[in-house]
Amino acid sequence: MLTTSRKNPIRLAAVASFAVASTFGMAAQATDITGAGSSFVYPVMSKWSASYAEQTGNRLNYQSVGSGAGIAQIKEGTIDFGASDAPMSAEDLQKFGLGQFPIVVGGIVPVVNIAGVEAGQVKLDGATLADIFLGKITNWNDPKIAALNSGLTLPAGKITVVHRSDGSGTSFNFTNFLSKVSPEWADKVKFGTAVDWPTGVGGKGNEGVSQYVRQIKGSIGYVEYAYAVKNKISWVNLKNAAGNVVEPTAETFAAAAATADWASAKDFNLIMTNAPGDNAWPITATTWMIMYKTPKNAGNSKVAFDFFKNALENGQKAAADLDYVALPPELVSQIEAYWAAEFKN
Amino acid sequence: MSNTDQRGIVATTIDATNPSDMQELHSRRDARHERMFRWLLKGCALLVLAALLGAAGATLWGGRDAFATFGWHFLISDAWDPGNDVYGALVPVYGTLITSFIALLIAVPVSFGIAVYLSEVAPAWLRAPVASAIELLAGIPSIIYGMWGLFIFAPFFADHIKPWLTNNLGNQPDDGKLSWVAEHVPFIGKLFGSDYPFGASILVAGIVLAIMVIPFISSVMREVFQTVPTRLKESAYALGSSTWEVSWDIVLPYTRSAVIGGIFLGLGRALGETMAVTFVLGNAMNLSASLLDPGTSIASTIANQFSEAAGLQKSSLMALAFLLFVVTFIVLLIARLMLRRLASKEGR
Amino acid sequence: MNALYTRRLVTNAVAMTLSTLATLVGLAFLAWILWETLRQGIGAIDLKLFTKITAYGEDGGLLNSMVGSLIINFVGIAIATPIGVLAGTWLAEYANRTKLGETIRFLNDILLSAPSIVLGLFVYTIIVLPSTALTNGSTTFSGFAGGVALALIALPVIVRTTDEMLRLVPSTLREAALSLGVPQWKLTLQILIRAARSGIITGVLLALARISGETAPLLFTAFGNNYMAVNPMDKMSSLPQIIYQYANDPGEAMHALAWAGAFVITMFVLLLSLASRLILSRTKVSHD
Repeated sequence: MLTTSRKNPIRLAAVASFAVASTFGMAAQATDITGAGSSFVYPVMSKWSASYAEQTGNRLNYQSVGSGAGIAQIKEGTIDFGASDAPMSAEDLQKFGLGQFPIVVGGIVPVVNIAGVEAGQVKLDGATLADIFLGKITNWNDPKIAALNSGLTLPAGKITVVHRSDGSGTSFNFTNFLSKVSPEWADKVKFGTAVDWPTGVGGKGNEGVSQYVRQIKGSIGYVEYAYAVKNKISWVNLKNAAGNVVEPTAETFAAAAATADWASAKDFNLIMTNAPGDNAWPITATTWMIMYKTPKNAGNSKVAFDFFKNALENGQKAAADLDYVALPPELVSQIEAYWAAEFKN
Repeated sequence: MSNTDQRGIVATTIDATNPSDMQELHSRRDARHERMFRWLLKGCALLVLAALLGAAGATLWGGRDAFATFGWHFLISDAWDPGNDVYGALVPVYGTLITSFIALLIAVPVSFGIAVYLSEVAPAWLRAPVASAIELLAGIPSIIYGMWGLFIFAPFFADHIKPWLTNNLGNQPDDGKLSWVAEHVPFIGKLFGSDYPFGASILVAGIVLAIMVIPFISSVMREVFQTVPTRLKESAYALGSSTWEVSWDIVLPYTRSAVIGGIFLGLGRALGETMAVTFVLGNAMNLSASLLDPGTSIASTIANQFSEAAGLQKSSLMALAFLLFVVTFIVLLIARLMLRRLASKEGR
Repeated sequence: MNALYTRRLVTNAVAMTLSTLATLVGLAFLAWILWETLRQGIGAIDLKLFTKITAYGEDGGLLNSMVGSLIINFVGIAIATPIGVLAGTWLAEYANRTKLGETIRFLNDILLSAPSIVLGLFVYTIIVLPSTALTNGSTTFSGFAGGVALALIALPVIVRTTDEMLRLVPSTLREAALSLGVPQWKLTLQILIRAARSGIITGVLLALARISGETAPLLFTAFGNNYMAVNPMDKMSSLPQIIYQYANDPGEAMHALAWAGAFVITMFVLLLSLASRLILSRTKVSHD
């Protein structure tokens, strides 16, 4: 019986050591490395680390404690690498002797719950989206929305805005986009992992926002693409910087990553929202891996780089399965050049 | 047993055959053990003191920037703007106080009812299973309360209970006609008026907290009701008291201090509960009079924003944590003063 | 006179009905929550849950989280129970009406309502950071630090209940023992604690129930581990933390695992409390 085996310490020790032995299988001198930070990349990190452990026996322990906490932990040296949805500034990187580079790309999509409307039917542009989140447009039959959606009559109804209650990289990128397309937003609210939202209710995590959007009729929120797909909520098509209305798909996310100007960004400090490409999805985001240039633990650092190399070069399928987009090959070579130049390994 | 040698030093020799010598030895040893035991106990109690002072001190230290920047204004400001770095504690403090108040308002009578049921009304074979079942409520992880609250209870509340409340008691009924109660009883309209179309609100958070807190209070109450000497109860029954009168007039006063202790256990849980409240409180940084509007609490604000915060925002969150200690201090102080006045009225 | 008698009868009937109703309400909510937990998690409750470690996707179990939870909770209760019982004893027996005793009692109540995340951060500052510096990064987060954080949550609960239960032991017991010449420490250890044992165990169980479900204090102390760890000085996974992680995931498979994990925690607390009641009921102390 399970309870007796759990209460019996000898049996427990046997079960535990068997489990330990089986997971230690092929790793005689395996290294364990630790990373923490953004929850945006948690699924793909888990998949990559599982296959990496199978190949090499080195194990990666990644926990999603939030980008800010990830940065704090790497600064204090308690982990081997941090993962952040917002890039660190050059002064900060300099001060602590850190370097950063992107690892994977994903999209953030506005989602709605309107009776009779399905995914990809509603079209909005940046300015209208900002006005909705500012609380200036309060009803779905507003003429500004109708102007963008000829051929689709939206039922009159109050718009309930759903935003994030917790600090998050998703909010960071979303508000960054709104700041770029709406001067009023940039002035009043600015962008960040947490802001003073002018209106609406806050859900905890992408899951909380999805839940609220699903429950509240006439609501609009924003979530990572994977959540919109898995929870089957209707997303909104957006007009991008080039003036084209695009759907959120792997291709449009990849187009945004490809057309963003990485070469001129020192330490890859570039936020990809409102990318200029014709087919680019306007709210595309990446996550930066942050590591010490002179490692505190050389062995761990070497394994970490090996893991990242593996992920960047061979991890595309795993990323695609989880609704992420792998980095374009030019960016990958830029990153590997950056490693050679900046990190002592 | 003792004699003085030529240097004037008192020496002690033990004569094993002398019973009074052995007695002296034993009582000295007992005194030593007594002292050691007392120091051990005191040390543990002082550890508790150190833990509290350490935790409170750490939050005060972390929040010093916020207090220095905002001063007293921090306590009465309802701003929370990470973009412009302006923070105020009013909304979270209000949320914490009101949700805990609602939770206790519901939980204390219900727990008392459960304790009375388990000690007086239930047949003997039913007592242990029901008691274990109620205690099971304490074992459910707080995050499950949050998830159940968000995914199941809040929609149920929004669909079935909230419309009734807003239409019959609120000041924004669907059909526009205020009910008699809303018109004539002051404040009720504002308390129950809401035009948010969903369930997450202060009232729902209060109800979920009440359910979380009930097992603590009722377990302590039940445990404590069982310590009342049967002599006392039987004397009351012999004089013709009903079961209720025995519970209210004999058992409760006898165990009052422990019952208050149990209530403080529940209050402590309600004030500090993080996960469950974060899910169902709606997380809106607005001060609203209505119980059916979303709000925020100190613990949920910290939980939501801490991992992403830095600089002044982080300091403000630590300042909020310190304020929770202060709020608890004040609430408990008021409770104690009230109790002392009650006790002095009884001549104790 | 009859009117008074009828009123007393009616009051009694109403009160008894209300108390039965209260119990039914409590049980109804319990049934509702348990049923929902089971319903959402049933898809993930199978042998795999108990034999495989956590893995993203449909192939994972919760073994390492369960083992981690057991270890961390054990460390927490092992630290909190002796200190809590002894502190509560001091408050009740040696400092009952002194100023220092009243102050510590009061401050203990304040510690009771500290948000768990704050206590976790406090332990991060006093244990995780120093151990990182001292061991040069080889021991950073640890199950031990998580246990200490949980102990800080359990401690005030145990202190409070021990204090109250001991004060309820009738003074006749104390006076009888003292009159026989029993030294106070023996009286406290062997007579009073034994008399209040049932209540003290209730307090410990309540504390254990509370810490089994806590997530926030473990985030910055035990940190979490995707692999099995049995050394308390390693980073360790725990059930509440993995539930929190999986509840925020987009996929249904991970949600089901989260609910299943919650069900496991609840059943564990239930079994523990039933077991301890069984042990206690054999040696019941009668209160006459």
